Amino acid sequence: MSLLIRGGRIIDSTSTDDQGRTADVLIDGDRIVQVVETGREVRADEVLDATGCVVSPGFVDLHVHLREPGREESETIETGSRAAARGGFTAVVAMPNTEPPHDSRVVVDFVRDQGRRAGLCEVVPAGCITVGRAGQMLAPFAELCEAGVRFFTDDGNGVQDAQLMRRALEYAGQLGLTLAQHCEVSSLTHGAVMHEGACCSRLGLPGWPSLAEELMVHRDIELCRLTGSPVHFLHLSTARSVDMVRAAKAEGLPITAEAAPHHFTLTDEALSGFDPAFKVNPPLRTPADIAALKSGLADGTIDAIATDHAPHAPHLKEQPLDQAPPGMLGLETALALALTELAMPLRDVVAALSWKPAAIAHLADRHGRPVAAGEPANLTVFDPTATWTIDRGQLASRSRNTPYHGRTVRGRVQHTVFGGRAVVVDGTATR
Amino acid sequence: MKHVRSIDELGVDGIVRVLKVAEHMAEVNRRPVPKVPALVGKTVVSLFFEDSTRTRISFETAARRLSADTMTFSVSTSSVNKGESLRDTVETVSAMGVAAFVVRHKSSGVPWQMENWTDASIVNAGDGWHQHPTQALLDCHSITGAFGIEPAPQCLRGLAITIVGDVRHSRVARSDIEAFTALGATVRLVGPRTLMPPDASPWGVEITDDLDSVIGDSDVLYMLRMQRERMNEALVPHLGEYSTRFGLDAVRAARMKDGAVVMHPGPMNRGVEMMIDPSELPRSLVTNQVASGVSVRMAVLFDVLGGQEVAS
Repeated sequence: MSLLIRGGRIIDSTSTDDQGRTADVLIDGDRIVQVVETGREVRADEVLDATGCVVSPGFVDLHVHLREPGREESETIETGSRAAARGGFTAVVAMPNTEPPHDSRVVVDFVRDQGRRAGLCEVVPAGCITVGRAGQMLAPFAELCEAGVRFFTDDGNGVQDAQLMRRALEYAGQLGLTLAQHCEVSSLTHGAVMHEGACCSRLGLPGWPSLAEELMVHRDIELCRLTGSPVHFLHLSTARSVDMVRAAKAEGLPITAEAAPHHFTLTDEALSGFDPAFKVNPPLRTPADIAALKSGLADGTIDAIATDHAPHAPHLKEQPLDQAPPGMLGLETALALALTELAMPLRDVVAALSWKPAAIAHLADRHGRPVAAGEPANLTVFDPTATWTIDRGQLASRSRNTPYHGRTVRGRVQHTVFGGRAVVVDGTATR
Repeated sequence: MKHVRSIDELGVDGIVRVLKVAEHMAEVNRRPVPKVPALVGKTVVSLFFEDSTRTRISFETAARRLSADTMTFSVSTSSVNKGESLRDTVETVSAMGVAAFVVRHKSSGVPWQMENWTDASIVNAGDGWHQHPTQALLDCHSITGAFGIEPAPQCLRGLAITIVGDVRHSRVARSDIEAFTALGATVRLVGPRTLMPPDASPWGVEITDDLDSVIGDSDVLYMLRMQRERMNEALVPHLGEYSTRFGLDAVRAARMKDGAVVMHPGPMNRGVEMMIDPSELPRSLVTNQVASGVSVRMAVLFDVLGGQEVAS
């Protein structure tokens, strides 16, 4: 089975500008076999039109919640994979806060296998740092490493105990693993619903102070310095966090970081109408924080755009704001929000969506690769100029909790090729 | 106005309109038969997810004096205890044909979320720490009454109003601050920083923890209820220290300026924020507030339910 992507311009890690090079990409099986000048006669079983589009390595999302096992009313690995494919992602890192969580080989094998069965993208389970994400005992790192897990986090919870985090970094670092932290000192955020500031004061909602994130960012930078083990910061949301990461990177510490589209597009004022669609953890913050995140992305302090895709069934999000679970959909809107809101070169946006997160997740052997003969055929074809209006009724996710319903954005995924197969054609999933 | 959910939504014109109508309602309430047919055939449901007998009966009295039919939905005896969601409760009751909901909920924002599930008018009887607009309106009504002021924009200009206590967790304080400042009063907040909101700067009000420095030049001293559970959250060391620093006792009462009034939203914590019986104060508005409550709530219900027909 051969597949030809015709007429697009290629932007990958070898690109030096935003123009890319116009070429046709011929795929056979799960590999790229030829990249040839557009217009040359090439025979293929299936042809994808990429005229006016960018052809890039497939996107990698470091941060998704697929809810299976345990919360299938909100999302399944299949529906989440379909949302990922429609968003241009060929690999997603599935967060471990499932029921049961990813703290044993049997669960991570199940998650990966369900991803294979869906066949829409690679589902990469992240392991827990602590058993049950309870912050008490170390998860079996070596057992999970043996099962192929390289990226660990208790996401949803920060590891509160500094000694335990130190031990985790010492132990996991030796195995060559990366630990990712959800930075939140929980004693400062008890009952918090939104960013602590003028807006929460007015709305009478308990606040989540920026300090709760920044204290843990600071602590883990120092633990990284002490242990030498890599630390990845999940969903950074504050200006001071960006500053600390910038300084730590300048020192050469093995630190990486991600930011979520909602944190660089929405502020705490969005909660003024008390719509739980805007409740997320860490919370939406201020215009100054948005500016800092954007500059952090632009200068590479923040390596990756990661969605923190967090589906919740309508009956859960319809609860009173203080009881509704935090989180919002992200997979199907990430590219468009990045292209609409970030004043960054196209190549840098693609880098933050593709090869940089691929490297952080230990996936650089098969995702984020150059678009060249012999490479795995995991590719995204997107139109960077197409405008469209986000409609929660049109999303592939099983849930509807996007905060962007009705927003007009620029940039649309046309086709996604995963493992040599067109899993999305003209914006529609083929399976 | 379709809904009365916050002072901010009501705006200064809405506040003045309600206060003026409340004057007429007060006149109705002085009649031998205090009842008018303004809302005949309209059903007002009190939807109280949090117990508050005094607010509920104040609203229900107001509704009945306007000849509305009233229904009470209280959580302790309802399907909410069987796990019914907020949405299903609102949709179910709404389907019975309801003109207005009077809603009290422990979560901020519920009156706004409800809008998605009913066409009825929504009157906020208190949501979380957020708003309790009829309390602020009745407080304004009590103040204008006590000082002989005609309701008008800027009608409280020149009055110094001092609000003492737990502003952070108080929907009464949030509503009062917005209403008093909207009408031109100078508002000061007194309390320890732990009981103040994290960032009060948008209100543009002065904050101090020294009650004695402001008590002498306050026209209104508004004492908030101090809840005993705040001790467990390490917000104040203990109630005795709170009373010493922020309670109203005879010594402080004696230092109040002539003509100044004391207010309290009730229920009072005697021996905590109120170290003196209100009847021993030169001018307490505590019972006036309760009486104002019925008139103001009549005005609010008339505004959301009767206003359309008057207009058309």
